[in-house]
Amino acid sequence: MGLFILRRLGVMLLTALCLTFLVFFLTNLYPNLEKLAKTQGNFRMSDEAVASWLGNRGYTDNTFLKYGRWLGVAPGWVTESADGVVTGQCFDEGTAEEERPTFCGIVQGDWGYSLVFKDEVSSIVAVRLAATGKLMGFVLLVMVPMALLVGVLAGMREGSGLDRSLSTFSIATTATPEYVSGVIFIAVFASSAFGLKWFKGSATQAIENATFENFTLPVITIALYGMGYIARMTRASMTEVMTAQYIRTARLKGVTFGNIVMKHALRNALIAPFTVIMLQIPWLLNGVVIVETLFNYKGFGWLLVQAASNNDIELLLAVSVVSVVVVLITQLISDIGYVFLNPRIRIS
Amino acid sequence: MEPLTWTGSLGTILDPVLYAVAAVFVIALAIQIVLGIASGGARVVTNPDGTLSSASGPYGMSTAATKWIGLALVVLVLTYIVMGAITGPAMVGIIGGMSQQLLPVWIALIVTFVVSIKFKRKLGLYGKLFDSTVGMIGFALVMFWIFAGVMAGVFDMISTHDSLTQVSGMKNKLPGTPLNGAEEGDYAWYLLGGDNLARDVFSRLFKGAWVVVQIAPLATLFAFMVGITLGLPAGYYGGRLDTILSFMANLILAFPVILLFYLLVTPEIVATGIPNYMATVLFIFPLVFLAVLLNSRFYTQPSLRTPLLIVVLGITGWIYLSLISTNGSIVSTPTYNIPGLPGAIDLFNIEAGILVVFVSVVFVNAPTVFRIVRGLALDIKTRDYVAAAQTRGEGPWYIMLLALLPTARGPLIVDICLRIGYTTIL
Repeated sequence: MGLFILRRLGVMLLTALCLTFLVFFLTNLYPNLEKLAKTQGNFRMSDEAVASWLGNRGYTDNTFLKYGRWLGVAPGWVTESADGVVTGQCFDEGTAEEERPTFCGIVQGDWGYSLVFKDEVSSIVAVRLAATGKLMGFVLLVMVPMALLVGVLAGMREGSGLDRSLSTFSIATTATPEYVSGVIFIAVFASSAFGLKWFKGSATQAIENATFENFTLPVITIALYGMGYIARMTRASMTEVMTAQYIRTARLKGVTFGNIVMKHALRNALIAPFTVIMLQIPWLLNGVVIVETLFNYKGFGWLLVQAASNNDIELLLAVSVVSVVVVLITQLISDIGYVFLNPRIRIS
Repeated sequence: MEPLTWTGSLGTILDPVLYAVAAVFVIALAIQIVLGIASGGARVVTNPDGTLSSASGPYGMSTAATKWIGLALVVLVLTYIVMGAITGPAMVGIIGGMSQQLLPVWIALIVTFVVSIKFKRKLGLYGKLFDSTVGMIGFALVMFWIFAGVMAGVFDMISTHDSLTQVSGMKNKLPGTPLNGAEEGDYAWYLLGGDNLARDVFSRLFKGAWVVVQIAPLATLFAFMVGITLGLPAGYYGGRLDTILSFMANLILAFPVILLFYLLVTPEIVATGIPNYMATVLFIFPLVFLAVLLNSRFYTQPSLRTPLLIVVLGITGWIYLSLISTNGSIVSTPTYNIPGLPGAIDLFNIEAGILVVFVSVVFVNAPTVFRIVRGLALDIKTRDYVAAAQTRGEGPWYIMLLALLPTARGPLIVDICLRIGYTTIL
């Protein structure tokens, strides 16, 4: 088991390296760098000015060298301008010469500096990740039990009235895009259109202080949209399992229906829903930016959009690292979960 | 000219009735659901003559009530549509105007349904669809958008205005606003209002439907081909192959989708030919899938298999090559050029913009499908009937495609259908 976890950690490191290099390469293509220079400097810069701006900040060096600098295994750039002022990646002008470090990168614990937010990447990412983590936690707490309940109830008696009504409900919720249901929820529950001002239409305060009033609408919007999918998958596996021979045997033996569903069918039906629940977590991390924008809740998705639209390289790299870690941890959990759900599965 | 109301003069009579019936229907439905949970469905009683029938009871009564009120609701809605198609916006307002514009779609739908129901016993699985009400409703909804998309996109029938023309004074107007400065021959209203660039929303809706009808189902299908062709061996063989494929899938899963879209629409990145390379790789999977499927299915009948494979691969290979080559080259950048199918035998060219959307949708969805298929394969391969097939000496691909895949079909079909929906609203 220890070896298994160790190997998975090795794979995680390798994936993170590959992905960050890919992102690094794509964001460091010259057109993107030119855009960056123009947004940081000024929009009417000439081509020579762009080149010197990039050159002074070490952007025009070899991609591998630059990547090494970001990792902290290659010495950071140092530029001495014509009037003798020395600037560098790892220090300001004011730093005394003997205190200037040569390396500054991930290995040294320095995640870089965001050019858009004018702040340390590590602190920005930490704040936004905490915000999204909170949203994600509440969404999962609402979505997963509800989806499993709806899916199992609908799937245990295929074609019954209960199945029809629950299926209609789950299809309706997942067929309504979150930007539609979010707007409807705001109009009904948060505006004066219906006079029901139960909740707040903005979740900005929820980042510091989440209350029932300001956090319900975003959570419900995402949870309903994601719920239908899981519920449909659960229903599909459940109906499949309920037609199996051993279920019939159990019924003929006289086992009560509740016992059959809970003890015999559920565990076998959970493989597919478990996979999709684990796949929802990366989606909740990166993909709910529309809801975040709608409710003005500045989370990780919002950060990603800001970073991507401004080609903020170091911020994007940090975002990718977080993304890799989350994806691989969820996949590790799902691999371990498969073995738990069906002990005959062997994963090397 | 007066702005249109939603339902026009017919609405002043029918609207109150419609609201009342709809309210009663919602209440009846709620009662039915509650009773359905409480009573556990219909109870079966034995009649004195030995036959069985379900006891009506409160649940049966609520079911009957829902059915009849629902029917009344449908009749009312149909009245609006039929009257609208006949009299147009003059009598039935916006709904009437839309219904009249959609007349070709209604005709096509009615013809499809009449013909299908007439011959449903001869149509096999497709005919079975018309035995269930839910199936027919679903089929009608899907076919409505397909017909509407084809008619608006190919035949240019439904839309009232050009989807890109901006008309001054129509910015962000409400539905039913009369066209500013309408001339003879112009459609006199913006049926669903104007957008923030003063274009007609109604026409744009149906133009957009055509793009979606083209992309969403095909892209989902391609993503499934990729996911299945890679996910089955990953789950079945396990080991190093699984590690490598999962590694790649996780790489794509972890790649932030929004960043990917940002990068892929950058003109400079398109100019490097990256979308074309991705298309070349991703579009080959359906071919691989078909070849492996046919080969493993007909392996024991070489006289049938070989000609079948040649024909099928020939046709799909041709389509594949026409799909990826544009103007005689597969990848065309300022510095170099990879030649593809020459223009003379190139069946069709895909617009660069559509290709980028297509490729990114496939690319983003494939790893998710891969994870689902792999998980199902891991589970199903432990079952006894797979061991039996192995003992019989079946080939690995035969077991994967003809033993594992049919058992996994339930969740996969649900996922395909939902994923088409998600790709549509992406």
